[in-house]
Amino acid sequence: MGDRFEYRNVRVDGDSGPIIQAFSARIPADGLTAMVGPSGAGKSTLLRLLNRLDDPDAGEVLFEGRDVRSYDVLELRRRVQFVGQVPVTFAGTVAANVGPETPHLLARVGLDIALAGRDADRLSVGEAQRMCLARALARHPECLLLDEPTSALDTIAKAGIEGLIRSLADEGLTVVMVTHDPRQANELADRIVPVGVK
Amino acid sequence: MNDLSGRISWADVGLALLLVAVSVVISRMRRTGLERDIAVATFRSFAQLLAIGYVLDYVLGGNSALTPLVLLVMVGTATLTSGGRGKRVPGAYWIAAISVSVAAGGTLGVLLLLGIVPAAPRAAIPLGSMIISNAMNTASLVMSRLRDDLGAHRREVEAHLSLGETSAEAAAPWHRRAVRNGMLPIVDQTKVVGLVALPGAMTGMLLAGASATSAIRLQLVVMYMLLGGNAFAALVAAKLTVARLFTADHQLIRSVRRVAD
Repeated sequence: MGDRFEYRNVRVDGDSGPIIQAFSARIPADGLTAMVGPSGAGKSTLLRLLNRLDDPDAGEVLFEGRDVRSYDVLELRRRVQFVGQVPVTFAGTVAANVGPETPHLLARVGLDIALAGRDADRLSVGEAQRMCLARALARHPECLLLDEPTSALDTIAKAGIEGLIRSLADEGLTVVMVTHDPRQANELADRIVPVGVK
Repeated sequence: MNDLSGRISWADVGLALLLVAVSVVISRMRRTGLERDIAVATFRSFAQLLAIGYVLDYVLGGNSALTPLVLLVMVGTATLTSGGRGKRVPGAYWIAAISVSVAAGGTLGVLLLLGIVPAAPRAAIPLGSMIISNAMNTASLVMSRLRDDLGAHRREVEAHLSLGETSAEAAAPWHRRAVRNGMLPIVDQTKVVGLVALPGAMTGMLLAGASATSAIRLQLVVMYMLLGGNAFAALVAAKLTVARLFTADHQLIRSVRRVAD
């Protein structure tokens, strides 16, 4: 399989100097790729370039061989779903958050179907993170971007989400995960893209 | 009827300064540190009103062609004030200028078109100034509220964007809240008008010796005009602010995203 994403000589500027400089890497379409590096190395910033929550100040980011900026941004974001560090629940029930495919999607992310009618803001953090994954999957994406998806979770919830992420990658989704934890990357990922210190 | 309008002499104004002295004494006693501000405010009110008094006498005395210029100066001052208040929003001065102009043009236009007030400087200038100063506050309020809310809720906004929503959709809850927040003060004021305070226009007419019912009719027109003007200002300011806080590609601009992240 070819590359799903490619960074070409990317630079992103912060308030005082570049956050990312001359960064190049390829992310294949299959399996789970982990971007690993210490906090402050710009991993999250790199991830956000893939669904265009941000754009590089120099260089390019390619999706399926074309500059991400050449796609309709809303269509790109539908195809490339992003789930953040802290789960963000919207007002209303779990079913209202996830949409018409709620029963099937809750099963897919390992949530009890009985939670469909619960207020989303009454879920535990671990449940909320699973719900966010279900909400992302409801858009039928080809790729899933995960920014430190387990950092807000306790050990048990963490193990559960890690298993879920692995199984989503095995089902054929391109998963790109940012983590500061080398152990997590080694155990979970098919390959590692190191993001260096400045 | 007792008409106060021609009765107040400069000596009377001087005597009224006694009340300013009272506020200075209270400020000093309570160490509020406002003495200097009170002095500046007193001097500015004197100079500004004296100047506008002469301008109005001149414009009303047969130079009505200058009316648009007077209104333009007011819009300009309001723009500088409101734009300065909202300066963490890119293009705040433009947003303020457009919101205030639309509010003033829209409401004065309706009043003139329907023939509710005559197209004379005696109507256009005082009414215009009321709309402009209200619209100025509304525009400031809406801009800073939206900027703060989108900054504070950036994770939520970006979660919406990440699901493929447009910036308008992602900002909708805070957009609505900012418009509401901008309109609320005048709505509340309209609700309690006459119960809590007799508003300015009415007070002015009463002091000038007009009958209470004609004073009320004018005041009603003024309140409705301010409701309409503020709605215009809030609507336009919010729309333009959202447009400037996102890029054309539905990204939150960096200065909003990078607040203490």
